[in-house]
Amino acid sequence: MLSPVSWFLTLACLCCEAGVVVFLLRRGDFRRYFAVGLYMALSFLFGVARYVILFRYGFESNLYFFFYHYSDGFLTICLFVVLMSLYLRVFEDMGVSQYLRVGALLLLSGTSWFSYQVLAENLLKINTANLQFARFVVELEQNLYFVGLVLTYLLWGAMIKVRENRTRLIQLVLALGVYFSAFAACYALRNLHPQFKAILDYVPPVMAVCLPLAWFVTIHRIPEEARLATTHVVPAPKHH
Amino acid sequence: MIPALIFVVSVAALLQFFVSYCRSLIAASGKVELSDQTREVAGIEDHIVYGDDFHRLLQLVGLCPEPGNDRVEVWSVRTYFRLLNALRAACRAISPTVADWAERERVSCSYFAAVTLDRRITYNRDLMAEQMSHHG
Repeated sequence: MLSPVSWFLTLACLCCEAGVVVFLLRRGDFRRYFAVGLYMALSFLFGVARYVILFRYGFESNLYFFFYHYSDGFLTICLFVVLMSLYLRVFEDMGVSQYLRVGALLLLSGTSWFSYQVLAENLLKINTANLQFARFVVELEQNLYFVGLVLTYLLWGAMIKVRENRTRLIQLVLALGVYFSAFAACYALRNLHPQFKAILDYVPPVMAVCLPLAWFVTIHRIPEEARLATTHVVPAPKHH
Repeated sequence: MIPALIFVVSVAALLQFFVSYCRSLIAASGKVELSDQTREVAGIEDHIVYGDDFHRLLQLVGLCPEPGNDRVEVWSVRTYFRLLNALRAACRAISPTVADWAERERVSCSYFAAVTLDRRITYNRDLMAEQMSHHG
């Protein structure tokens, strides 16, 4: 059963996700940040559906198990799509959208194939179909988080290079970078030290609140016209 | 071996993204001019804010009812300020350049706190004015 902390985090997460969608619609920015809005809307809907299933069928039910893992895997792939949409926004004037789409598709397929291959080596040790499926999803997710982290890092590097100055875009990308790196670090630490699992299990729900919260603050507070030089953002001690 | 490598890379990236995110919040507030009322309330003289004022300013921020949308920013910058304190203490003897930079960043954090206070004071003043106009 879920603890009161998990309930609180889930509710906070749902509120922030709904907030992002509402503010994007109210400000007329939904089309401009379509992937962000769609991801938040899907995440909200899946979150509500998860709790409906949890209440009706219970935590131990097969339906909850499959729905949780399917929706989690699907949302991670959606987040990947959000990242690609941010790439498109940064490089929109360069006419490279087709290359980016093909590259993203290849990378996604490659990561899925790699995750399946890693799991296929361990299939003999696993007995039940449920466990095989769950392990594939977890393996895929952790690989996607790391690929996501690398891609966000590259995007941030490119933004500094092209002197991207849209404050909203800068903050959306940086918040996504924090999210991907926290998840990737958490999964890696869980692999290294399985005994910390009980503590590390709280990191993903906390980060799941932080991303929509940070995006909500950005959408709510920063106007689309706001500009910020990336040189003010990158930490660099100056010699005097 | 691979999880250890992923862990190290991820933590380094997390730190860099987090610091850049905080700096983007601070830089956005750096353009805001403080009102006379806020300067008076916060005891800021001659437009100068010091790094050591940060906690005092945040206490004043805590006394002001919040508009409900700046908690994540305050939390992030407070964490960043703690990181800067640790960095300054660690680098004071080894690298004065880094320690000086950390001090300048602490001043920016304090200015961010002052701008947050300014925003909350304005919000509450507007709220009061609106309520007075309804009752009047």
